[in-house]
Amino acid sequence: MNAALRKLFSFNGGVKPQTHKAESTRTPIVPLPLPPVFVVPLHQSVGGTPIPLVKPGQKVLKGERIGAADGNYSAAIHAPTSGTVVAVEPRTMAHTSGLSMLSVVIEPDGDDQWLATEKFPFQSAAPDEVRDYLRDAGIVGLGGAVFPSHMKLKPGKATPMKTLVINGAECEPFITCDDMLMRERPAEILRGICIMRELLQAEEAVVGIEDNKPEAIASMQTAAATMPYVQVVAVPTRYPAGGAKQLIRVLTGIEVPHGQRSTDYGVQCFNVGTAYAIHEAIELGRPLISRIVTVAGHVDTPRNYEVRFGTPMDFLVQQAGLKTGCDGFVMGGPMMGFRMPAFDVPVVKATNCVIAATPALFPPPPPEMPCIRCGECARACPTDLQPFEMYWHSRAKNFGKAQEYSLFDCIECGCCAYVCPSNIPLVDYYRFAKTEIWARERQMEAADSARQRFEARNERIEREKREKAEKLAARAAATRATAQADAGSAPSADGADDAKKALIAAAIERAKAQKPATAEAPAVADASTQD
Amino acid sequence: MLTALLVMLGLAILIGASLGYASLKFKVEGDPLVEKIDAILPQTQCGQCGFPGCKPYATAIANGEADINCCPPGGDDGIHKLADLLGREYKPLNAEKGVEKPKAVAFIDEATCIGCTLCLQACPVDAIAGAAKQMHTIIAPLCTGCELCIAPCPVDCITMETVQETVDTWKWRFPTFQIKPVNTRTAA
Repeated sequence: MNAALRKLFSFNGGVKPQTHKAESTRTPIVPLPLPPVFVVPLHQSVGGTPIPLVKPGQKVLKGERIGAADGNYSAAIHAPTSGTVVAVEPRTMAHTSGLSMLSVVIEPDGDDQWLATEKFPFQSAAPDEVRDYLRDAGIVGLGGAVFPSHMKLKPGKATPMKTLVINGAECEPFITCDDMLMRERPAEILRGICIMRELLQAEEAVVGIEDNKPEAIASMQTAAATMPYVQVVAVPTRYPAGGAKQLIRVLTGIEVPHGQRSTDYGVQCFNVGTAYAIHEAIELGRPLISRIVTVAGHVDTPRNYEVRFGTPMDFLVQQAGLKTGCDGFVMGGPMMGFRMPAFDVPVVKATNCVIAATPALFPPPPPEMPCIRCGECARACPTDLQPFEMYWHSRAKNFGKAQEYSLFDCIECGCCAYVCPSNIPLVDYYRFAKTEIWARERQMEAADSARQRFEARNERIEREKREKAEKLAARAAATRATAQADAGSAPSADGADDAKKALIAAAIERAKAQKPATAEAPAVADASTQD
Repeated sequence: MLTALLVMLGLAILIGASLGYASLKFKVEGDPLVEKIDAILPQTQCGQCGFPGCKPYATAIANGEADINCCPPGGDDGIHKLADLLGREYKPLNAEKGVEKPKAVAFIDEATCIGCTLCLQACPVDAIAGAAKQMHTIIAPLCTGCELCIAPCPVDCITMETVQETVDTWKWRFPTFQIKPVNTRTAA
């Protein structure tokens, strides 16, 4: 089917912020030179924290696995270059909290020598083997969610997979990494799409690109001209068209309901960067060690770099010519991005953009004023929620009510805060409520398990006490019976006395029987020490 | 007259029978109030309230034998929840019972441990692994921080370590309100 004939749908709400994309698309992608040191955090994706495989002092090659996936719901971590592991220690994460996480610090040797890589026999391997391979190649969603891709590359059980949606919308201002990738490397992206399509057994693949990127659309369409099952479709530019659920709705008309997955409706969504990474992993045998990162904001030449994970952000931004007056870095775009706690935090798999912030670019938020319930936020919400209600309940710490208003369906796109005439930082309230609810759930689970163990322990103690008492009673009864049998037809008047005497006699006998055994034991021990 | 009496009698028998059946069929095992109170208590099983565990304390509260402000690990938040549930007045934490502390877990200095098993017997939630004359260790995720293992240790090798925030457990702080300064006359 011709792409021009595809019927497009639309999602409610959304906003149109200034895009600021032109600045960083003037120059092609360049690989970033080696920084003096790499700090590779082990925990870069959703799921389990990878287990470190290297020790300080160890030599590693480029692409060598330095962190093994912890279980299936995790993804491996690899050395970004060849060099020496200097330390495996907690370092500040690229996370708003400013907390540290176990990281592998690598000093490059300058050779940048690859580990022997070879093409993965994709056609002959079983699907599960391919998925395990992708997990060990560290492939995660590069759109920003960093969800392990191998977990998503499974066809749904009930519904056959129909459409594979490839997300090239890139709706957030400033970010152009996917745009440049599609302009410069469309063939590789399409090969990755073919691999994913085969794994998912999808009928068709649709690449959705916002219509403000005509170069990327043209480049992808030319490359896909020979592929009948891949369509490259321009979608209207409106933030957040690049949200997975929003793009699925625009391209297929399917609205994934609350609590369900898109696979239940025969749709799965991946970012173009992920497709490229899958191509690199399968066809070249190269694990995920770098990605395209946009550097924008207060720099001389905003542009895109191919950056290896673990590169300090200040090193990256300095390459683009950091101007004076920058007061911090923002990772991601201005709508959903996070301010970094330090300048030297490492670039991780989730880093699609680094913006050098200045007070002029990101002015301090104007004072928050009371909610006037104008409903602007509800009109702007792309997930059809009622942001003002969620805000109200989150602010009152009435978390149950906030959840009733589907707080967890909020994608934190920031449209509501963008349009709010009272300058309320609505998303901050949702993030606060979400993390608070998760913390309470964890606490509740811990309390439940403690209760269970406490009760089990009490039961065990009771049972042991009872069993001991029963054993004692049984033994006493047995000795009494034998004693009575020994006494035979003793006069009944002295019966009680005799029984007592017999019990004492039996106890003495037992003690005598035990004595030789204990006397022998030390002798045996001595013998063994002499040997 | 007689019909009316019969109808009333019939109704009485019918309703009585159905009520009797319902009371047997839908009999509630245990005291639901105790369960509700127990669900609010933190399950540290520390005994700081003076009862041997959270369930006995919950039972005592339900029977009106204990106050709601005797649980230091539950903290202020817990007292507020209990007050809401029971319709009682909020009271600040009873200082005699202890103070609210940040969540901590026990830590055994394994070099000093002599393997006496006394802490194993003291642990109310089986969170210590070990055996006689073998080194003991705390299973940190299971430890409730009740501190009951500290007193029995003959070599004082158990310490409490505050649980540090990690990236996974980190919480967004409540967005602060910016209070607009208002021009008011100063005192004097």
